[in-house]
Amino acid sequence: MPNTIAVADGIFNIVDGKPVLLGSRCTNCDNHMFPRQQGCPRCMFDQQEDIELASTGTLWSWTVQAFPPKAPPYLGPVGDDFVPYGVGYVELPGQVRVEARLTVADPKQLKIGMAMEIVLEPLAVDDDGNTVVTYAFTPTSPGGQS
Amino acid sequence: MNDVAIVGIGMHEFGRHDGVSGMDMGVVAVRRALADCGQQWSGMQFAVGGSMDSGAADTMVSRVGLTGLPFTNVMNGCATGGTALSQSINTIKSGAADIGIAIGFDKHEKGAFRIKGPRGKDWYGGSGLALTTQFFGMKITRYMHEYGITQQTLARVAAKAFRNGAINPMAWRRTPMSEQEVLDSLMLSWPLTQYMFCSPGEGGVAMVVCRADKAKEYTDRPIYLKAATMRTRQFGSFEVLAPSVALDRNAGPTSDAAKAAFEMAGIGPQDIDVAQLQDTESGAEIMHMAENGFCEHGEQEHMLANGETEINGRLPVNTDGGCLANGEPIGASGLRQVYENVLQLRGDAGKRQVPNNPKVAYTHVYGAPGISGVTILSR
Repeated sequence: MPNTIAVADGIFNIVDGKPVLLGSRCTNCDNHMFPRQQGCPRCMFDQQEDIELASTGTLWSWTVQAFPPKAPPYLGPVGDDFVPYGVGYVELPGQVRVEARLTVADPKQLKIGMAMEIVLEPLAVDDDGNTVVTYAFTPTSPGGQS
Repeated sequence: MNDVAIVGIGMHEFGRHDGVSGMDMGVVAVRRALADCGQQWSGMQFAVGGSMDSGAADTMVSRVGLTGLPFTNVMNGCATGGTALSQSINTIKSGAADIGIAIGFDKHEKGAFRIKGPRGKDWYGGSGLALTTQFFGMKITRYMHEYGITQQTLARVAAKAFRNGAINPMAWRRTPMSEQEVLDSLMLSWPLTQYMFCSPGEGGVAMVVCRADKAKEYTDRPIYLKAATMRTRQFGSFEVLAPSVALDRNAGPTSDAAKAAFEMAGIGPQDIDVAQLQDTESGAEIMHMAENGFCEHGEQEHMLANGETEINGRLPVNTDGGCLANGEPIGASGLRQVYENVLQLRGDAGKRQVPNNPKVAYTHVYGAPGISGVTILSR
């Protein structure tokens, strides 16, 4: 039966239809890293623990991918089927700034500092009919959490 | 330690050259650099060279001469040419050789660089995040937010580049373009339009370096190296192709390389007469003006409006049209900047000669994954 599957293992889990980003925390200096890695670039300590990163944050900077990326490596639709998408860094408070696709691609609707939350973003359908997804951030819906 | 001089320079025209390989362009640059100082390949005691997409540089010995010299290949992203030069300089300084040659060349496919991760694990490229253009859009978006730079200023940088390129016979893009035309061109990665970006391109540059005390044997107009530095990023800097960035902020490798270079040369930014700064896109030139120490953050807005970085301005920047007008063959780009400064210091820059009788010149390259290289030259 076709499923929803992550673009790769070890980047995020899918829980209740939402991505949960998988990061590392340095047990010596509290530095947060994404994706997971061993070895801390701040304090050079080599012991980190696996953590799940926050699902909400604020937009730190952004751009819009207005032309189709080369495929490979891009898995999404290209050519006439290409759909522009936003790209940004979302600051997860007290953790790290994570680079992500944004569900909004209209410059008028993107503002540094706006509240964002994480969602799944479909990229492609594989040969077995599975929907391949990545993570993205979307503006938090008015009135709080969606 | 020996002081170092540049005595011979050679370049193959930048641009698109169908039927000419990257290696062909490297060989042409080598022959021109040797001719510029009346030398033969057999006189070179060592070579350092690099390309990203055009093969191992050292294989060119089968065409320029199998003399048995030590030839080191280098690869350092956009700083490859600069690294070839700095390794050559260190070889002379150490006393290991008296004369040698630094070489850079490349030829890239059209369009943005294709950046692939490990096979089967490429979530980053697969998700549509492995584009250097996105980083440049996001870095300048943040910078405009923090320091009040406008999109008009981005267009001014590009228009200046194409004006300068138009009077540079070695440049790729030689048609002047108005600020409005730049603004109206295709939006690629907000706020950067098509003509605010440089394109991967083709070209080659080589230069012969030697012990400064022997330079007059090769040329009557040697140019002296006052500093050559290279730095990688420190924790907290915001760099290209980064899935995450720390909450800590760091000024980045450009500031580090610049400070080290000024210290090595014993001078400051106010002493520089002409500067070539990495302008992968318009925003990069603006941010690099401040990161290299030539102004405070935000001052670029009025500096550009007042024409202070034009060829006849207070601090001419990217007098040969920079990456925007020349394109970026990765292996050659850093050496192109040094080539231009040697011409400017010799007084040989023709229509784009800066009129301030320049004595000290500065180059800066930046590239993935967060590296910068700086040189300071004097006559």
